[in-house]
Amino acid sequence: MSQVDTSHDAHHGDHDHHGPAPGLMRWITTTNHKDIGTLYLWFSLIMFFIGGGMALIIRAELWAPGIQIVDPMFFNSMTTMHALVMIFGVVMPAFVGLANWMIPMMLGAPDMALPRLNNWSFWIMPFAFTILLSTLFMDSGGPAGGWTMYPPLVLQMGDSFAFVVFAIHFMGISSVMGSINIVATIFNMRAPGMTLMQMPMFVWTWLITAFLLIATIPVFAGAVTMLLTDRFFETSFFSAAGGGDPVMYQHIFWFFGHPEVYILILPAFGIISHIIPTFSRKPLFGYDSMVYATASIAFLSFIVWAHHMFTTGMPLAAELFFMFSTMMISVPTGVKVFNWVSTMWRGSMTFETPMLFAIGFVVMFTIGGLSGLMLAITPADIQYHDTYFVVAHFHYVLVPGAIYSLMAACYFWIPKWTGNMYDEKLGKMHFWISTIFVNVLFFPMHFVGLAGMPRRIPDYSLQFADWNMIATIGAFGFGFSQLMFVYIIFKCIKGGEKATGEVWEGARGLEWTVASPAPYHTFEESPTITPNTVTR
Amino acid sequence: MSTATDGYYIPHEAKWPIVGSIGLFVTFMGLGSWLNGSGVGEITFYAGLAIMVFMLFGWFATVIKESQSGAYNGQVDTSFRMCMSWFIFSEVMFFGAFFGALFYARQFSGPWLGGEGAGGADVTNAVLWSGYNYVWPTDGPANVGGGFQPMGWFGLPLINTLLLLTSGFTCTVAHHAIKDGDQKKMVRWLGATVALGFIFVACQAFEYYEAYAHLGLKMSSGIYGSTFFMLTGFHGFHVCMGAVMLFVVMLRGMKGHFTAENHFAFEAAAWYWHFVDVVWLGLFVFVYLF
Repeated sequence: MSQVDTSHDAHHGDHDHHGPAPGLMRWITTTNHKDIGTLYLWFSLIMFFIGGGMALIIRAELWAPGIQIVDPMFFNSMTTMHALVMIFGVVMPAFVGLANWMIPMMLGAPDMALPRLNNWSFWIMPFAFTILLSTLFMDSGGPAGGWTMYPPLVLQMGDSFAFVVFAIHFMGISSVMGSINIVATIFNMRAPGMTLMQMPMFVWTWLITAFLLIATIPVFAGAVTMLLTDRFFETSFFSAAGGGDPVMYQHIFWFFGHPEVYILILPAFGIISHIIPTFSRKPLFGYDSMVYATASIAFLSFIVWAHHMFTTGMPLAAELFFMFSTMMISVPTGVKVFNWVSTMWRGSMTFETPMLFAIGFVVMFTIGGLSGLMLAITPADIQYHDTYFVVAHFHYVLVPGAIYSLMAACYFWIPKWTGNMYDEKLGKMHFWISTIFVNVLFFPMHFVGLAGMPRRIPDYSLQFADWNMIATIGAFGFGFSQLMFVYIIFKCIKGGEKATGEVWEGARGLEWTVASPAPYHTFEESPTITPNTVTR
Repeated sequence: MSTATDGYYIPHEAKWPIVGSIGLFVTFMGLGSWLNGSGVGEITFYAGLAIMVFMLFGWFATVIKESQSGAYNGQVDTSFRMCMSWFIFSEVMFFGAFFGALFYARQFSGPWLGGEGAGGADVTNAVLWSGYNYVWPTDGPANVGGGFQPMGWFGLPLINTLLLLTSGFTCTVAHHAIKDGDQKKMVRWLGATVALGFIFVACQAFEYYEAYAHLGLKMSSGIYGSTFFMLTGFHGFHVCMGAVMLFVVMLRGMKGHFTAENHFAFEAAAWYWHFVDVVWLGLFVFVYLF
């Protein structure tokens, strides 16, 4: 019970070592940042397989031209739900889970700033996703107008429309509360003496991500609220007949949507900035420039949104502005990539699984970044728009990008969480099999996209058949190889070679100064930080 | 409960969050079914709201009890302050979406529909909405909602502005009172603030009645009606929330919960109140005045 019980205090002195509550209630009522981090990570792993299953339905339908397995409406609801589940149910909660586990330990804090709020942020997620996924079982079927939910198409949806809107409101509440908690933790819970520029990169990137979330999720909530009133209360926000504009929805949506893509990648940048120095046995090259680059990306993310809308007939000045501002993002992103490469330069490198995933991230994320630069060119984008080239682009930044960083993070920190080393041989196999299949899956999409294959359509012209078949082989290979990941995690939880506190030879930072597995409560007494303490 | 050695309060076994999740789940499911015309939806929605109210009572009671027992140190206080400020920032962004819609409709989509601007707007106008001249306020080229008169700024809206500005003043007087440790004075001035807040809401309700009954101004009155009711409606809802917060703080003041040094609950509610006040000024200027 979260009530004040002073007698309890009297018995135990001014701090007790309160262990977890027994049974299921431990997980429902927990306020411990490690428990909540674990809940987030398991939730996101489950959703990863649900979203992945949807992707396999999509790829199975696209195995050959013509309609073969599912009807087109269901196909469309699969593409829509796959995106919503992967973005809001997998990548975001996984990063929040890692933030919960690692940020207090990296800062030398006893817990998150507001532990009860933290519990609520997590326990909204299963309920919100119950609402979202339940729409698939309604008579009208799930949302099928794409995850971006453009009007007027989305307003023609059946009964599930209102539930999708409320699921988004519901998740938004969780994201905003979680982000506020993270910001307060970072600003208020650092061990005495730790300056902002002594914080590890993962903490920095999450601070900026949390700011992006607090600034944009409410805008998204506003946008879907206007959809709701347009549908049910006869407003005309997105109807030209009433003086509104469907394109206005796109502006408001992408004002959220573009910062959202950085929400999905900035924490990944943070993770990679921990792993590469560790296995290069060198401090991160250009830490200060990394911090400034992250902040620059966040700032720029607010002024590039309309590059998603080059074909909507914006005024020429807007097209030019959004083209150049988008291209500017490649400058701070380039700073990051060069810093990672420079960190490796002349390092005494070893290639454990987290490092393999990190290097895979740098190479393949850069491929996605370069195709993004192609898409930024307005006249060229008019050709690429809504083709599989776009699908190839954002899957390169999200799968071998964000998802690889999550895999890398799990392998990197799981010895700290469980006290056991994972199976290195299987981990390396997991990396190589995933990397081969992920390229078989997504690289051909560049070709069919440039040749003109449109996205979000269950059927296609004959000339795209070969590459689609290859992509589908890659999809099933990549999907099933992720079962290896689950096996490796379970194996690691059950046992394995005991990990030391430091775990990795080149490890730097406070989280490696506590025992492995990390005790239920860490840093109940603040460590003393001097300018010379290695905190990053 | 337990605290870290340096005194940061860390609660254990929180039971209210799960109640809140269930409450929101029931509320949203109920509202969704209600909108789709299901009979049980309405009842479910109110049941969900009841669970939410129960949760808020319980959660706040716990926090107040902890605060009164002196469990919170200065660092916990800082966490609360940061959270409240960032929460208000998120609310600013929420209103930003609706103000953005208003500005976009007035500056871009309206003139384009009227045939202004390069890129073929004149052709669109001639082909699709021939004869439509854009003048704000508008209910669009199709005259959606069937004609209306806009809400003028003089009269009720101006009175409402004065009411809210006055409430900002009374709130500040109450703040100075508690800073001097005069809790009785604080309660009196807070009472005035809450009363002004509710008078504002009553005026707003009367204004809506006027709009529907005499001006033909409805939510369905094109983009003007949409933005007018969305902005003033959400603002009114926030005024209600702020007034409830201040009312709770007032009740706590009557119970003697606050001291000159320790009255963050008051300050959080006051910050929120001033935020609502500023949003109203934005509304008054951009929705009513110009």
